[in-house]
Parts: sequence; structure tokens; C-alpha cells
Amino acid sequence: MMKARGAAAPFAVWMAIFTVIPLGVVVYYAFTNADGAFTFENILSIREYAGSLLRSFWIGLLSTFICLLLAYPLAFSISRSKGRVQQTMVMLIMMPMWMNFLLRTYAWQSLLENNGFINQFLGWFGIPPIQMINTTGAVILGMVYNFLPFMILPLYSVMVKIDKSVIEAAQDLGSNTMQVFSRVILPLSVPGIISGITMVFIPIISTFAITQILGGSLINMIGDNIEMKFFGTAPDYNVGSALALLLMVMLLISMGIMNHFDKNGEEVGA
Amino acid sequence: MEKKPIINLKDISLSFDGEKVLEGLNLSICDGEFVTLLGPSGCGKTTTLRIIGGFLTPDSGDVFFGANRVNDLPPYKRPVNTIFQRYALFPHLNVYDNVAFGMRVQKKKKAEIAKTVERMLEMVNLKGFEKRTVSTLSGGQQQRVAIARALANDPKVLLLDEPLAALDLKLRKDMQNELKNMQKSLGITFIYVTHDQEEALSMSDTVVVMDGGEIQQIGSPLDIYNEPVNAFVADFIGESNILDGVMLSDYKVKFFGRVFDCLDAGFEKDEPVDVVIRPEDINIVPAGNGLTGTVTSVTFKGVHYETIVDFYGFKWLIQTTEYHPVGEVIGIVLDPDDIHIMHKSRYSGMFGDYSSYSEEFDEMNDPTIDLVDDEADAAGEAD
Repeated sequence: MMKARGAAAPFAVWMAIFTVIPLGVVVYYAFTNADGAFTFENILSIREYAGSLLRSFWIGLLSTFICLLLAYPLAFSISRSKGRVQQTMVMLIMMPMWMNFLLRTYAWQSLLENNGFINQFLGWFGIPPIQMINTTGAVILGMVYNFLPFMILPLYSVMVKIDKSVIEAAQDLGSNTMQVFSRVILPLSVPGIISGITMVFIPIISTFAITQILGGSLINMIGDNIEMKFFGTAPDYNVGSALALLLMVMLLISMGIMNHFDKNGEEVGA
Repeated sequence: MEKKPIINLKDISLSFDGEKVLEGLNLSICDGEFVTLLGPSGCGKTTTLRIIGGFLTPDSGDVFFGANRVNDLPPYKRPVNTIFQRYALFPHLNVYDNVAFGMRVQKKKKAEIAKTVERMLEMVNLKGFEKRTVSTLSGGQQQRVAIARALANDPKVLLLDEPLAALDLKLRKDMQNELKNMQKSLGITFIYVTHDQEEALSMSDTVVVMDGGEIQQIGSPLDIYNEPVNAFVADFIGESNILDGVMLSDYKVKFFGRVFDCLDAGFEKDEPVDVVIRPEDINIVPAGNGLTGTVTSVTFKGVHYETIVDFYGFKWLIQTTEYHPVGEVIGIVLDPDDIHIMHKSRYSGMFGDYSSYSEEFDEMNDPTIDLVDDEADAAGEAD
């Protein structure tokens, strides 16, 4: 027991230096003004960013939902196919992740631009250019494209463990395809849904690059605001820290709700 | 009581990836019967069961339930329920919900479901386990839940796919009795798949011995044991000494250069035959009487000694309660009812010589050990 704890020491040091201390610094900045005096002003000024925060949650929820809709049937069909096909499909899903996500997002930018590839292509058929770049749609597209693998993989890894004989047992006991899905497959894949949502929703909420590349200055999310407060033209570390703290608290709450669902699932199954 | 057939398989053939798994299989199963499909791994017994359950569709041939052809009827519409090899309980549901599953799908009334679940759990001795999650149950308990879950649907036919294979010996014996009693008291048809000949003999009304995708013999356990039709059946069901012989006329068979009286008739004159002599039927007498041979090995088995005796270069297995040491020269006497005559078959010469017999060798070559799952997996791949 003691030995095991000893082995964790380097990690504890790492955590202290790179997680606990920076967090402390964020909290310190959030509750002080430029002179270092204690204040609630930063926290109260968050109200100005309510719209951006709301938009972040809205885009996050919508993108996560689209990811789930796309990933679920795909993950299921992969999990039910033969070993060879499974390996190839998982490989294909992972492959885009070998390239930096900024590059992939810039690629979408050049596709979606007003004189980008898609509009040029449409132009050949006499179709007037469509405004695609700098829209919420483009941002959501970028989010879904970048984070889809993080939804597919946890779903797949849970579904592949669903024993085929359990599905047969459900059929044997009188369930048609829909009932097999709703009574067996869906409840058994809840843990995958939960971790998929967690792995997609949280990074989407806090991302800033994708909105800037595909949404221009028109669509800003909370991540963009935080970035601006630190690296923008008028830096304000105190408000930036307050925003970061707020985002963290909200994500913690979301994860708490999520885990609650997961526990419910486990209580029934376990 | 004359029983009517409830399931009919007519000329069923099926191959997976070009490999014949079943060929020209015909089987009629009567209402209320306990039928066992018995055979080594890969013989097609699980495949046959899965065809009846609706999980596989035969390439050719017809499946009848009563008068209805059900080839294309999906599993959920068939009046049969299955007990799967590894139980296949729903891991996300507790014991109560597992047993209630089928009735809920059929939208039965809550009160009725509760009553049936209670009755079923009582029957399998799991009262008070309703709220337990299935992963906290032992193998035997999971098996009981699987039985309760299948029977709660009130099936006409229960399919059991090696249900006891994963249990230890003692528990297996108890469950054999329980299953047999359940089948008797419920009066429903059981179709039971196993590779364990003892299980098949002790539980069944009818045993269907299968090998190579074909039925070798159908009969009562007594018939199968006493009147095997070929060397495969004789060897698979118990131990057998199988010798080449010639049928001189009705009731007269010649082997080892001697003529013996037997109880078999209806063979052609001078037809070459396989002669089966069960190890426990052989009477050892002092040397000089009957056939004479030398003991080459003795193994104590508890109930009896397994004694290997060399007769003119052909080694026999004899089960005897008397101890005869290695090297002793003994004689044996065969009564007419110790001798069973079979027509020659493609299995002739493959079984029944104990020259190379040893426990280890037997186990190494026993296709039924450790390979139980292969057939099920192969069957699973195919659909």
C-alpha cells in the first residue's frame, strides 16, 4: 500500500506544479483587481458575457447532439461487423486525428470560403455563391468534424462488449428489432453515450480556434472571450480568470449531471 | 400415449463458407418429449438447435412447427425459448427484470407478470433474489435465472444449448435431475444439446446421435447403448471393443477364427460386419477357457479396474471388479447377448481398438474437450 503511494509521488508533484498552483493563480486573479486588492467586480462583470456563454452552450449542445446522432449508428454497425472490417473502420476514423486539428479546420475554411472550392464548383453550374463561411453552421460543422471520433470511439468500445447472445436472447424472448434496441442495446450503451458526450461537449465549449477560423469575428464563444482577455489587444487577466473560473464551474456541474445519469445506469445494471 | 410431432425438420442442409455443416437432416420431435442432440464438437448439433430457434436459416429443406412451415419466421415470433450456452442474462437488469423481460415485451399486465415471476423464481429456488444484479450470482444461480426467464414465456418447446457445460460436476448432476423433473412436471418439449453422453443417456426420452452434420442414430438411451448402428455410435456412447467379423448366418458370427453365437439376424450370408463387445459385458475366466490373452495394463477406476488385454495382437478393454495383474494370462467367455453386430460403415476400423489406449491419449484426441465453443462461434459467424 505504502509502496503504491510512493510510486504516485512524481505524479503528485506534477499535479501540484502544473494543476493546483495554476488553478490557485486563476482563482487569485479572478477575485482581485489590477492592484491586487480583493474584489467581486470581475465576477460581476461576467454578466456582459452572458450572451457569449449562452451561445457556447447552445453550439456545444447542438454539435454534441449531431455527433451523437452520426456516431451512434456508425459505432453500432462497426461493433457488429467482422474483426477485419472493425479494425479497418476504427483505423479510418482515427486517421484524420493524425493531422493537427488547426490544419483540418483551415482546410474547411478554404472549402467553405465565398470564393472557396465548393462555391467555385457550384459556379461551374451557374449557381450563385452561397454564404457558408462565418456562419453558425460552419462553426458547428467544424466542431462536429473535429470531435466526431471522440464520440465514435467510446461508443464503439462499449458496444463491442455487448455479447451477441444477449441480443439473441432478447429476440428469443419475443423482442422485434425496435424492442431489442430500446430494451437491450440502448441501455447497455449508456456508459458509452455518457463518456462520448463528456469527451465532445467539454472541449467544444472551451474551444476558440474553430470559431475564429470558421466563424470569423461574427460568432464568438466563451473560449474566444477568454483568449481575448489574455492575448487580445486589451488584456485583462482578472476578468479573463473570472471567465475561466466560471466556465470551469459550469463544466463541473455538467459533468456532475452526466455522472448522475451514468450512476443510474449502473445501479440498474452493474 | 400416442404423441403428435410438434417440430419437423425435413431434409435440412446448411453450409458456412462452403463447408457443409448439416446435410440432409430429417428429424421429427414429439410433443412433450425430452430429445437430446448428442455429438462431438462440430457435428452440427448446435446448428440444428439454432435453426429451430430461428437464428439460422437452412440453405435447403423445411422447418415445420406443427403444420406450419416456419423457415422465414424470425426468432421473436416462434413459440420456442432458448437457454443459451453462457446464459446470456441481461447485465443491465436485475433478476426480477430478467425473468419479466419476455412478458413485458408481450405487454402483459403488471400483476400477472409479478405473479409469474414469483412462481418461476420459486420453481428454480431463487426466491428472495429478485433485486439482485445478475453479476453477483454464481454460475448455478445464473443458470436458474436463465431457466426461469425462458419458462416465464410459457414456451411450447424449450431449447437448451449445453446449459450445464460451465458448471462443476456436482452441480451439473443436481441440475440434470432438476431439469428432468421440471420437464416432466411441465410437460413441455425439451430439445437439449450436449456432447456429454452420460448426460444424454440419463436425461432423455430420445437421443439423436450426430456426427459430421448427419444423424447417425435416433433412439431411446437403451437402444442407443445396446444397439448402436455403427462404430461411431458404439464408440461415442461408452467404451466399446470393435472387431472385424463375418456373419456366417443368422445368429452365427465369426471373429478371431472362431464362431460365436449371437442374437443378431437379418444380415447377408458371409457379410463382413463390425462386432461390438462392451467392456463391462466380458467375463474373465481362468486361462484355457474361451479366448486366451495377456493383461498388458491395469488402471483402478474406483468402481472397477480397467484392464487392457492383448488377444492375438488386438487389445481389448475389459472392465472388471477383479484385479488381474499385468502379465497374467486369462481367458474370456462371451455370452450371445454380449455380442452386438453392426453393418460396416465409413467409421469401421476407426474406433474400438485399445492398442494405443491411455488416459492421456484419449483426452488429447477427444474432440469434445475444450472445443465446445467452436461450433457455436462458427454458427455465430455465419448469420
